[in-house]
Amino acid sequence: MSAALLLLTDGRFPAGGHAHSGGAEAAVAEGRITGAATLAEFCRGRLHTTGLVAAALAAAAAAGADLLALDDAADARTPSPALRTVSRRLGRQLLRAARAAWPAAVLDQLAADRPRGAHQPVVLGATARAAGLTPLDAARAAAYESAGSPATATVRLLGLDPFQAAAVLARLAPEVDAVADAATAAAHRARTEGTGALPAASAPLLDVSAERHAAWPTRLFTS
Amino acid sequence: MHQDHPEIFPQRHTMSVPGGHRALRVGLGGPVGSGKTATVAALCRTLRDEVSIGVVTNDIYTREDADFLLRQAVLAPDRIVAVETGACPHTAIRDDISANLEAVEELEERVGPLDLVLLESGGDNLTATFSKGLVDVQMFVIDVAGGDDIPRKGGPGVTMSDLLVVNKVDLAVHVGADLDRMAADAAAQRGGLPTVFTSVARGQGVAPVADWIRERLAESTAGAA
Ligand SMILES: Nc1nc2c(ncn2[C@@H]2O[C@H](COP(=O)(O)OP(=O)(O)OP(=O)(O)O)[C@@H](O)[C@H]2O)c(=O)[nH]1
Ligand SMILES: [Mg+2]
Repeated sequence: MSAALLLLTDGRFPAGGHAHSGGAEAAVAEGRITGAATLAEFCRGRLHTTGLVAAALAAAAAAGADLLALDDAADARTPSPALRTVSRRLGRQLLRAARAAWPAAVLDQLAADRPRGAHQPVVLGATARAAGLTPLDAARAAAYESAGSPATATVRLLGLDPFQAAAVLARLAPEVDAVADAATAAAHRARTEGTGALPAASAPLLDVSAERHAAWPTRLFTS
Repeated sequence: MHQDHPEIFPQRHTMSVPGGHRALRVGLGGPVGSGKTATVAALCRTLRDEVSIGVVTNDIYTREDADFLLRQAVLAPDRIVAVETGACPHTAIRDDISANLEAVEELEERVGPLDLVLLESGGDNLTATFSKGLVDVQMFVIDVAGGDDIPRKGGPGVTMSDLLVVNKVDLAVHVGADLDRMAADAAAQRGGLPTVFTSVARGQGVAPVADWIRERLAESTAGAA
């Protein structure tokens, strides 16, 4: 485990994540997250669907796969237009921080190829590679983020006890590791089989809620 | 698109609009309700015929400030963008400035090169200041009704801001605020940095703040030449 991975996954790494709830704001409003137990279920659901997909994309990018093909694969796996926009915007923000932290020609090239932003998991994987991290590291970062983001947001949204939120994530950790392993294996297969070998799990309720949330006139989080 | 020069601007990793022209970025911070939006509106009215202006607002949970500026028609709608801050306005202007940098660039892409970008922070506490990676200079707006001991209490906003604006002086008589004492405390805390007293929404207008911005604009143009 490299300290670079700690930096990349640190909530204080300035890549824009703090303004996003990973769907938690909508889920709180719709009564699906009400406390620690329902937060755990929400995070588990997100981890095994969009978290798995993000982790596989990140692992493939970290393994050196063609980033633009992965970006297309991410588009195909993100049915909600609102979430596509969010993912590209976060990708652009991450790329800005990454280019300052780990300057690399491949990151400059990605910025030039996708001036409106590449999908965040793809940028995450490319960043991991620039930082000397492994595909498994990148997968862990993406998988962890898929659960960590709603947990942090719920502390702010519900005034949930932060110790309980930390406990939720700690109990999920073995599943995060398992998802990262599966994602890395899929990324490995994609090297010979193409991006079709990457998982395409989806969470329709997250997509539907994200579309509704994007239309709210008043909200705390961007997504 | 280019990256700012790493040695001249080591803290900026901004993809700016081509041409090398870069707007002066001015941050407006300060506690809730002190008059930041009123100051932005008055500055736009005063300066919009002299320079090309854009505004970024950081509302805490609404588009209230952006909508106010739109309603007041102080600028064309495409010159105003709102950033959402995930319940943490100080994070968005200091610890993780990426969304605000995006907003500035979005403005410049949309309406072309700007001379001046005003960034209003969401109303926060006395410790919230802007990152130097986001703004070139910053003002801290407090008001007399928030207590005339705020300059004495200090804190980064009061002590470090490039300009301290003490607003709503028209209310001083009603709340028993001692303006002389505020001026003396501010001078003691700020070691030579300027302080101005305004009533932006009433009689005594935004002129001293606008003058200060004109000086900064002149400086930055001279510096770029
Ligand atoms: N009496 C008086 N009222 C003022 C003055 N400036 C602003 N106000 C009023 O103070 C209230 C708050 O002003 P805003 O400009 O919205 O304050 P703000 O700092 O942007 O507030 P937040 O963005 O919510 O933190 C409004 O009702 C203004 O009309 C002033 O100079 N005198
Ligand atoms: Mg305001």
